Amino acid sequence: MEGTIVGPSMAVGHRLREGRPPSPSRWDRADVVIVGGGIAGLAAARELAREFRGNVVLVELESDLGGNSSWGQATASAYPWGAHYVPLPGREAPEVVALFEELGVITGQDSSGRPIYREQYLCHDPHERLFLHGRWQEGLIPQLGVSADDRAEADRFLARMQTLRESTGTDGRPLFAIPVDRSSADPAWRGLDLETFSTWLDREGFRARPLRWYLDYCCRDDFGLGTSGVSAWAGLHYFAARGGEAANASSSTVVTWPHGNGWLVERLRERIRATVRRGCLVHAVREEGGRVRVEGMDAKTGEAVGWDAGRVILAVPQFIAARMLGEAGGGRGTGAVYPPWLVANLSVDRLPTGRGMEAAWDNVLYEGRGLGYVIANHQEVQSVVRESVLTYYLPLDHAAPTEARREASTWTWEQARDVVLADLRRAHPDIADVTRRMDIRIWGHGMICPVPGFLWSGRRTDWARPVGRIDFAHSDLSGMSLFEEAYIRGVEAGRRVLT
Amino acid sequence: MNERTTRLLLLASVFVIATCGLIYELIAGTLASYLLGDSVLQFSTVIGVYLFAMGVGSWLSGFVSRGEARLFVQVQFLIGLVGGGSAAALFVLFTQVNAFRPVLYGLIFLIGTLVGLEIPLLLRILKDRLEFKDLVARVFTFDYIGALLASLLFPLVLVPHLGLVRSSFLFGMLNVVVGILTARVLRLTGPWATATVSGGAVLFAVLLAGFVAADRFTSWSERNTYPDPIIHAFSSPYQRIVLTRGGGDLRLHLNGNLQFSSRDEYRYHESLVHPGLSRMTGAKRVLVLGGGDGLAVREVLKYPGVEQVQLVDLDPAMTRLFTGLPILTNLNFGALSSPKVRVENADAFTWLAAAGPEAKYDFVIVDFPDPSNFSLGKLYSTAFYRRLRTVLAPGGAVVIQCTSPLVARRAFWCIDGTLRETGFLTRPYHVYVPSFGEWGFILASTDPLPTELSLPDGLKFLSASTVRGLFEFPPDMDRVVVEVNRLNNQALVRYFEEDWAKVR
Ligand SMILES: Cc1cc2nc3c(=O)[nH]c(=O)nc-3n(C[C@H](O)[C@H](O)[C@H](O)COP(=O)(O)OP(=O)(O)OC[C@H]3O[C@@H](n4cnc5c(N)ncnc54)[C@H](O)[C@@H]3O)c2cc1C
Repeated sequence: MEGTIVGPSMAVGHRLREGRPPSPSRWDRADVVIVGGGIAGLAAARELAREFRGNVVLVELESDLGGNSSWGQATASAYPWGAHYVPLPGREAPEVVALFEELGVITGQDSSGRPIYREQYLCHDPHERLFLHGRWQEGLIPQLGVSADDRAEADRFLARMQTLRESTGTDGRPLFAIPVDRSSADPAWRGLDLETFSTWLDREGFRARPLRWYLDYCCRDDFGLGTSGVSAWAGLHYFAARGGEAANASSSTVVTWPHGNGWLVERLRERIRATVRRGCLVHAVREEGGRVRVEGMDAKTGEAVGWDAGRVILAVPQFIAARMLGEAGGGRGTGAVYPPWLVANLSVDRLPTGRGMEAAWDNVLYEGRGLGYVIANHQEVQSVVRESVLTYYLPLDHAAPTEARREASTWTWEQARDVVLADLRRAHPDIADVTRRMDIRIWGHGMICPVPGFLWSGRRTDWARPVGRIDFAHSDLSGMSLFEEAYIRGVEAGRRVLT
Repeated sequence: MNERTTRLLLLASVFVIATCGLIYELIAGTLASYLLGDSVLQFSTVIGVYLFAMGVGSWLSGFVSRGEARLFVQVQFLIGLVGGGSAAALFVLFTQVNAFRPVLYGLIFLIGTLVGLEIPLLLRILKDRLEFKDLVARVFTFDYIGALLASLLFPLVLVPHLGLVRSSFLFGMLNVVVGILTARVLRLTGPWATATVSGGAVLFAVLLAGFVAADRFTSWSERNTYPDPIIHAFSSPYQRIVLTRGGGDLRLHLNGNLQFSSRDEYRYHESLVHPGLSRMTGAKRVLVLGGGDGLAVREVLKYPGVEQVQLVDLDPAMTRLFTGLPILTNLNFGALSSPKVRVENADAFTWLAAAGPEAKYDFVIVDFPDPSNFSLGKLYSTAFYRRLRTVLAPGGAVVIQCTSPLVARRAFWCIDGTLRETGFLTRPYHVYVPSFGEWGFILASTDPLPTELSLPDGLKFLSASTVRGLFEFPPDMDRVVVEVNRLNNQALVRYFEEDWAKVR
């Protein structure tokens, strides 16, 4: 088995720390510079492409666009490096609905106005399976060998979430919405952000181990920390904010592609009108005489580059924006937590064997270390799939984020590989035999995690406000890292430039 | 070793080689009747050729003037190799060569000749150790007892427990052991003798490897799942293909599921093709998805107006088998070799997606395996049928095999509902096929179809009046309201599984 640890940005970061980079000898003029080519940056550029006639530059550190939604290509299939799906957008996210209509993800409406999705993009059945007690079962909520009481508790939890999903706060808005900021401001509910989800679950009598494992899994999956790391409001949001409708799918369905959300990255990229500068690390941004100076460095050569911009959109996480802004950054990013992640892409000659249900899109191990894996070419229509790519996800939450990040940054490929194999081997004794190649990516700051007290502290709102000619768009301004949040923040920043 | 022991060992080897000799004959006879059918003819021709070849071998022994012992050992090794590997070789060659009979009889002749050499040589080796009358008496006694043993072992132990391929390897190993022992007993010396013993050991190892590997060819448990003898078993990258034959009935099984029985497949294939195609006057281009056995194509070619048949089957192993193997081309009348037919090996879904705008067909036959797993379920989904519509010429029609409406009633009507969901008008029908039971099909089109049928001549099952009856559903298989099968819910696979579980 061969493979590497991918992710060049780490080395670039080090280069920066070695000393002050040289000043650019030339300043290119631009009307708008967007820093960061993730979903938020691309969405902003896309929005500008509609009406804005000035010249736009999009600067990205990595050699590929997409950020946390970037993707790779193996012989068998394209595969995601991070984000891999989007739930059906609900009424609160018309921007995403409009995007999906534009991209042909939504092809029309039925007589009652529900969107019809392109079947090809809806996650194909079987969606999920869980390995427990030596067998694969269908669905992620543990059933095999689970007592009737414990199963009843899971049902009670789901019924409770259903009620929340249908409830509105005193202001008439849904209790939990995507985007987060369109949720009800009802203090009775927002107050839940101050305690952990596990405290809430204990208090409400949800204690059964299978259910608690499932809830922990869900929180790790979406936020990178388990139920005792995230706030109760965020935990409930995961279950009670879902529910876009579709004419041809249930509301729990998601849309997905072999590239994961990398497919959306490509579609957005096709629709922007901007000069794209990749492999360039922006390290300083400052206002000067009614213009904005953007200083960067070529990630390979170390050469200095500079722009003299009318306006700037910083589509990067706040701790990075803070560094770029220096003094002007204030306390931007303090208290925001970004747990590290490991993502491994395994090229397999055939799907690994296992007892019980056949392979699904999402394959999870009960009480496993990681979150299991997604089969990249599950969405392909050909009936016999042999070669494939398995995308394995592991939030590194075994230690506090800073410590876990430091530890993971020292891993060799062999060490990281063995972590992955050790976890999967429990369900698939032949995993090492079928894996031809394993590429690993360690996301030092994977995505923001809604730890207790963060979401409604007012900090996000402060950080999101433009500072002079510098604007901000990144999913971390929402306190949770979701496609919808990143996209809508990008669209809004783009619109602010236009007005 | 004293003279007595030497003598005894040599006589014991007469016994062993006699057993081996008859076993190879029985294996060849059985195999020929499996593969070619008509066991009386096969057995008598095989025995005839074999005995004649033994005569040739005996005659040839007359030309040997010295070195009998050495030749005897060499002959043992050769028989071990050729006889031991014969069953495996014949099974493999059966599907690889066009002229199978010459290969079969050539091999039988070769083994027979070698076996015919054995006894005369042994007689001559023993001639100085025994008086002539004792020599003849003992040698032939052991020879006939060996034959008795073989004839009992073969049907009672070997075929049921080891199968033909492993039995032949086993007896090949025995021949080699006899060869090695003879070299030892007769104290053959010199560099030649040492080389012989090590050569024998290598040969033994090869045969042993064959014996072990043979289980992968057809396992004991697999042989027991089919009522009839397996005449061909092969794992392609896509499926396990097994042909069995018993009493003139040739059956094809894919992954253990019966695809057809040569006894009544005409009922299935006439019903698949004619109720639809016979009303499509002027149909020129026909598409067949699945159906790599060419049996549906055989029916399509009964319409002289059809100019082009495009067959798309996933598995090249299937289409190759049904293009080249005489017992199978006898069944499909060589349909896949017709100049009107184009065969392509591809996944039907991907093929449809890649089909250009010029790909338009007047009639499409969809003959996939039942939706017994999620991979197959995709081929019955709204997404699939939407794609299918794009290759349908104006006024064209589609027919789909839809499992049993009696056993899997919900599954059957789920396919119907799925077709309607994608804008097809449907006309479901059903037919009784003895080896399958009550079986269902759906004729689908975007415009109403003509009602007038013009059936080709020479059908064994259908007539205009029987066709009419097929479209009526008695209450026990009549329409039920069920979900539509989509890629994202695969309702069909679940119905299918639950419905069939009740009868299994
Ligand atoms: C492992 C993982 C799995 C995920 N799964 C999902 C999922 O299934 N569904 C979902 O909706 N969300 C998922 N997410 C969340 C994902 O983060 C968001 O969906 C979305 O991609 C965030 O986009 P963004 O633009 O806000 O941020 P980012 O993707 O972080 O974009 C920031 C960009 O800025 C660039 N950049 C950073 N510093 C500099 C610099 N100094 N100079 C220039 N450029 C710079 C980065 O390289 C990056 O491209 C996942 C995240 C991770 C890490």
